[in-house]
Amino acid sequence: MTTTVPPVRSEDPSADERLLRVSPLRRLLGRPELGSVVGALAVFLFFALVADGFLRASSFGTVLYAASTIGIMAVPVALLMIGGEFDLSAGVLVTSSALISSMFSFQLTTNVWVGVLVSLLVTVAIGVFNGFMLTRTKLPSFIITLGTFLMLTGLNLGLTKLISGTVSTKTIADMEGFGSARALFASQLTLGGVELKVTVLWWFGLVALATWILLRTRAGNWVFAVGGGPEAARAVGVPVRATKTGLYMGVGFCAWVSGQHLLFSFDVVQSGEGVGNELIYIIAAVIGGCLITGGYGSAIGAAVGAFIFGMTSKGIVYAEWNPDWFKFFLGAMLLLATLLNAWVRKRAEATA
Amino acid sequence: MTGTTPPAGSTAVTAANDGTALVELDAVSKYYGNIRALEGVSLEVHPGEITCVLGDNGAGKSTLIKIISGLHGHDGGTLRIDGEETALASPRDALDRGIATVYQDLAVVPLMPVWRNFFLGSEPTKGTGPLRRLDVARMRETTRAELLRMGIDLRDVDQPIGTLSGGERQCVAIARAVYFGAKVLVLDEPTAALGVKQSGVVLKYVAAARDAGLGVVLITHNPHHAYLVGDRFVLLKRGTMTASHTKDAVTLDELTRQMAGGSELEDLRHELERAHAT
Repeated sequence: MTTTVPPVRSEDPSADERLLRVSPLRRLLGRPELGSVVGALAVFLFFALVADGFLRASSFGTVLYAASTIGIMAVPVALLMIGGEFDLSAGVLVTSSALISSMFSFQLTTNVWVGVLVSLLVTVAIGVFNGFMLTRTKLPSFIITLGTFLMLTGLNLGLTKLISGTVSTKTIADMEGFGSARALFASQLTLGGVELKVTVLWWFGLVALATWILLRTRAGNWVFAVGGGPEAARAVGVPVRATKTGLYMGVGFCAWVSGQHLLFSFDVVQSGEGVGNELIYIIAAVIGGCLITGGYGSAIGAAVGAFIFGMTSKGIVYAEWNPDWFKFFLGAMLLLATLLNAWVRKRAEATA
Repeated sequence: MTGTTPPAGSTAVTAANDGTALVELDAVSKYYGNIRALEGVSLEVHPGEITCVLGDNGAGKSTLIKIISGLHGHDGGTLRIDGEETALASPRDALDRGIATVYQDLAVVPLMPVWRNFFLGSEPTKGTGPLRRLDVARMRETTRAELLRMGIDLRDVDQPIGTLSGGERQCVAIARAVYFGAKVLVLDEPTAALGVKQSGVVLKYVAAARDAGLGVVLITHNPHHAYLVGDRFVLLKRGTMTASHTKDAVTLDELTRQMAGGSELEDLRHELERAHAT
């Protein structure tokens, strides 16, 4: 093989002085997650100092749980953002998923697993709808999913009132299959003295799966391509429409997981919930280093973003501050993380 | 050479000398509604030859590319590929028939690493079922080797392709087309946005692709670049073909004069001189 290239400049005119040796540190700086990891460390140290009880093992479980509820949705939202699109309907879709599951089982008195599967079909179908509308109309995803968001918000409230007569669903805790579904979506386990909700496992599993897809499969290559240069991607034969639709289906799937957790941990679902959460998912992805214009980012970064979110929301409680401050901290975090990301990337690219 | 062989590249060389053109356009026309974009244009692309299409802005060069690369169908005349009359349905169709187009701006995704760009849309995989994954080691190795073969010595195939210069990006796109077994390479103004030195580098790779046995269509508005490498020249003006030459039948001065508008330029010079005199 003639592939080992000596580190000296060759005599070829196209090899020029920009191709310098890249140190491992520079490589690290070039990772999309870096800004969020630095941010996470800072937040951790901050609350470790100011909040008593933040460092206790039980608090760790609580923080992880808070992070996982956001993290499960931050994963597909991050992938979608890398693919160059938004999904503003992601927040209410979680509520829709829980409502469909609960009401289907209750009204038709079926095993709750039937409702769970119907809910999966509907949420993935809504993802297909979003993707179809986006790729056929070529309108911005902001507009398309804003429409879906409003329609779903209305449907959640309207249909629930029409069917149940109130704004929340009826309890399904005494129905067949509730126990096993609860074990899958909302159980609790103890690992090394730390009580962990099963959502944490779902979260880690989804992050690992998304990272695998993104970095080691053809589909992942296409996700980067449709976000970073859709015209170029189309010209070399990447199925742009299918890739984008697939990403929206991923959001649907994760919204299903998240929604089922909501249902089986609280038993009843409030139909007005979920509004505003879509922004939190997007914030987690952006803190995690996803470029808002697409083509750059990582699932692990989004997980770190969600972890920062979990630490902040619970840290404020442990510090016994007024939780009203939470949003302020979140906003400051978003700005700082984005600035840090931009700065790091600029430095890494300038000298890479 | 390295151990990796291109999937189908060798066929381009074997098909070389039997006389039929790889791509032949005969009096091809294209209309957009009532606008005549192209009328009666004929050209031939032979293996191991460079056919240059010259024309000013609005001459119909882009329309011609779109027909050859399968983006648009033609409305009149005949398009023959390997001597067989045909109509291309899509860019994918053209790619499958060995016609690869390198667009000036659309060639690559800037934020992605060079090796991911090189294989974009045709990624090699290994393993089966859920473990089916990109053959990353092979992708990196092949990218480095293929670029080295074209004379681009990249130390780091992991750098985003956007950090390469415009000329280098063109070369990566050309190397990619050659590797994936293109028989015909269509280049859309590869030197338009480049400086003198970078243009030279790109033209060198165009010549390298020709020497590898490919038929090349070079679209340009620079007769100097065209004359350096071209074997056949087709001049377009306002959607029609004004001239068609082989290299031995035309000089650079004549080509430049025709390209620049010929007699019109004479008139313009005459007018300007007179204006200056008074």
